Amino acid sequence: MLVNQFLFLGAILFCIGIYGVLARKNAVLVLMSIELILNACNINLVAFGAMWHANDVSNMSGQVFALFVIAIAAAEVGVGLAIVLLIYRNRQSIDVNDVDLLKG
Amino acid sequence: MLALLVAQNIAFYVIAALIVFGAIRVVTCKNLMHAALWLVVVLAGVAAQYILLAAEFVAVTQVLVYLGAIIVLFLFGIMLTRAKTGTDEDLDNGKIPKIGAGVIGVAMLGLLGYSLWDGFGDREFGDLLVQRTAQVSDSIFSTYLLPFEVISVLLLAALIGAIVLARRD
Amino acid sequence: MPELLDKVWIVPAIMALSFLIILFFGKRAGTRATAGIGIAAVSLCLLFSVVVAGQWINRVNNPPTGEKLAQDIVKANGLTPQNAEDVEAEANAATHDSGETAATASGTPTVTPIALELASTGAESAAGATASEEHGSGEHGSVPPVVRTVTWFQMGGISFEAGTLVDGLTAMMLITVCIISLLVHIYSTEYLRGDIRYTHYYAFLSLFTASMLFYVMSSNTLQMLVGWELVGVCSFGLIGHWWEEKKNSDAALKAFLTNRVGDMGLIIGVAITFFAAGANSFNVLHINEYALSGAANTTLLLVGGLCLFGGVTSKSGQFPLHTWLPDAMAGPTPVSALIHAATMVVAGVYLIARLYGVFFAGLGIGSSSLHYVAFIGGFTTIIGGLLAFVQTDLKKVLAYSTISQLGYMVMALGVGAWTAGVFHLFTHAFFKACLFLGAGSVSHACHHTFDMREMGGLRKKMPITHATFLAATLALAGIFPLAGFWSKDEILAGASSGQESAYTLMLVFGLITAFMTAAYMGRAYWMTFWGNYRGHAKPHESPKVITVPLIILAACAVFLGFTNFPTNFFGLKLPGGFTTRFEHYVEPTFAFPPLQHAEFTPWLAIASTVLAAAGFFLVYQYYAKNRGPHGLTGRSGLARAGYGFLENKYYLDTIYTDGIAGATKGPLARASNWVNQNVLDGVVNGVGTVARVSAGFVYKDIDQLVVDGAVNGSGSVSEGAGQFLRRIQTGKVQQYASILFAGAVVLAGVFVFVI
Repeated sequence: MLVNQFLFLGAILFCIGIYGVLARKNAVLVLMSIELILNACNINLVAFGAMWHANDVSNMSGQVFALFVIAIAAAEVGVGLAIVLLIYRNRQSIDVNDVDLLKG
Repeated sequence: MLALLVAQNIAFYVIAALIVFGAIRVVTCKNLMHAALWLVVVLAGVAAQYILLAAEFVAVTQVLVYLGAIIVLFLFGIMLTRAKTGTDEDLDNGKIPKIGAGVIGVAMLGLLGYSLWDGFGDREFGDLLVQRTAQVSDSIFSTYLLPFEVISVLLLAALIGAIVLARRD
Repeated sequence: MPELLDKVWIVPAIMALSFLIILFFGKRAGTRATAGIGIAAVSLCLLFSVVVAGQWINRVNNPPTGEKLAQDIVKANGLTPQNAEDVEAEANAATHDSGETAATASGTPTVTPIALELASTGAESAAGATASEEHGSGEHGSVPPVVRTVTWFQMGGISFEAGTLVDGLTAMMLITVCIISLLVHIYSTEYLRGDIRYTHYYAFLSLFTASMLFYVMSSNTLQMLVGWELVGVCSFGLIGHWWEEKKNSDAALKAFLTNRVGDMGLIIGVAITFFAAGANSFNVLHINEYALSGAANTTLLLVGGLCLFGGVTSKSGQFPLHTWLPDAMAGPTPVSALIHAATMVVAGVYLIARLYGVFFAGLGIGSSSLHYVAFIGGFTTIIGGLLAFVQTDLKKVLAYSTISQLGYMVMALGVGAWTAGVFHLFTHAFFKACLFLGAGSVSHACHHTFDMREMGGLRKKMPITHATFLAATLALAGIFPLAGFWSKDEILAGASSGQESAYTLMLVFGLITAFMTAAYMGRAYWMTFWGNYRGHAKPHESPKVITVPLIILAACAVFLGFTNFPTNFFGLKLPGGFTTRFEHYVEPTFAFPPLQHAEFTPWLAIASTVLAAAGFFLVYQYYAKNRGPHGLTGRSGLARAGYGFLENKYYLDTIYTDGIAGATKGPLARASNWVNQNVLDGVVNGVGTVARVSAGFVYKDIDQLVVDGAVNGSGSVSEGAGQFLRRIQTGKVQQYASILFAGAVVLAGVFVFVI
């Protein structure tokens, strides 16, 4: 197998995720798209990890970092959904375009 | 050996196609609940790819954490914000932002594809050795002990933060 | 009895545990249990500290020899056993070689001459030679402190260590902190009865005690920094204990912020000593040794010493950063006794005492008769004492007295009278705590007022408080034979003999302060306890929980002075086992400069006592007999001006708030406004104009537009530019994200294809 197979898969997933983040206006969907981006990164990490592992058996960095990313993703979703809930409670809507207090 | 490689490649492409299709559905479909379910497909596919990469522990963790916990969180989020059941036309931005997003996504994909091909070309994995869980744990609890602790503190902070944010008072 | 000298970490751990228990279970357990936990924990610590002190005394009496000595020295220097062998090898090499190649010139930079010397001593004694008598700097050989470290973390090849260091100074501080903390804990059960934040208060007391204990047993400057900041935080929390009143929370903020100013100095000082120490070590003993060995860069040491002194200035209330201390009296009185008189504020003095090598070598204590530390100390004693005269608030009198006495300690350390300074720290802690607790007892009886104008005649109504207050007042004024007499006298003797020449100016400062101390304390004493009662409450003696701590502290104030009885007191020569015990056990003999010890000076003792008595007498005449120039401020403009000057605290606060803060606020705001008006608008206008002009060239055919634009002027142009720029700021997150990603694509494209 080529390394690039996985890297391309990661790249495609990443770009789909970016599209989702930019094109969706439902906050929950935006969060889901962010999960896509994180998964794309994880595929890359594990692929690189496997690549290095083939050279050096003691090198587990790729997987370890993938695990860290999963943990951080869990934290991010928790806090993110809490914020979404709070917005919903205050505005009865989770349209990200409604939250524009920074408007100049 | 060759047969195995062919089988792996076939599996990869089938799963990859599923992932890409699922991901596109996640960002385009008009039903919030369906989007969440398509996300399940994507995440499960990614877990399968980890198996192909001989990373068992990450695959299992992916299933446990993402499919088990995060998806449930999303479903709760969808329900608590009283989303419309069924089709909802009001999930996307207008046409211009969507086109902009598409352009940015395609441009980024082109750039990434070019650099990846430029950087790795047809580099092979070599022999994929199974990366055993024991090795992962050895690595986490020796080399990466400090980041591990930091992440546990981060999780705790996120937990507290989520509670503080979401509770009614 | 197991050896506890290397297990002192248990002491702060107990207090930290007590803090956690009170924090998490205090509310549920109720007030009695909360206080009980705190008191039990401090008692345990006190017991432990007493045992530690006993074991230290034993260690000084039977100093380690041979291999054990060598091991201890290695540990004290924070060297690994591997290095230790190098030390010995180099020591041998150094003794064999001629003078030039010895010591610092060759070998690893981690090894300093004193370590070499002592390690070789240890090696020799291991080889069968007798004890290291002739090598020691004191009269009783060199007793290295007991150091125990663990590696905290490693970074860039340097391992940072955490550990405990126990020597006489540490043992003394442990006992002082524990005793006073215990008495304050007990006292507070009554004083804070029914307070809304009772558990909060006790939790902070525990945390404070823990941090102070942690601070005094630190083996390296990083750890000291941690302890230092922790006590600062506790001080903040306790000063603002009653934060509902704006005044109190302001005082807490002021204390905290003023301390931050000094802390910057401390952090920079720690960094400088780290590098000046050459060995990249935070180990205090190592830093001291290196500073004293003469190998360190003197300029670096001077700057480092001055920066460290910045920390001392703020924490120990030295001029000009003393202004927070009187305001800190907004906290509950037991806190004032514990923190702002006895323990926390001496953290700065302790810092000088602990890093004495740096100050000694950096500021030239041994070779000059006027330098920064001594002068600031001396100056602070005077200005603090003067301010105490114009206060009507009993606690503020004591606060300014604390500033003055802290100045005394710093001055003592500055003139090289190390033992005298530390001894004064020790005695002062007890009588000042007694005075503060006495003031608290008085206010407890008088409807929580500290205004001396509403007191008077309390002598009969509160006999125990009166007696203890009197004892502590006399001790503070330095009346023979109370504790203050001995410590103050030693400082004066130290100033008069100095190191190489006499510190005449400091001696004068000291004598003036001796007079002033007696006078302002006499004033406070007479106003509070004599005459007729002027308030409206019905004063009564406080309960036993309050009076017993007072009695204990008063007893300490009376008797503790004898712990450092001079060798030759008016010809009275006690056996060696009874004189200068404090000096014998507390003064370090390891990594410590060779100091001249001042002899007891009869004429100074008499002069200072006479001055103190004169102070009392004058004030007695003025306040009790109502003689002297009363109403002077009403008649003489000069006196009124002087009084106003003092009453406004030399206008220092005004300078700080209006001068520094105001100046920063005003001009800075005006400058940024100017930048906004001229530079930023100019840029926007410029951009607009340029765009217009270039458009003009492109659309030359449409002449009308150009003319229009030129005619309408840059006003409309800038408005247009503003409108355009405004449209980018939509407040929509996704638009920002689009710009971010697009920017990333463009930048990455530039990197991939162009560069």
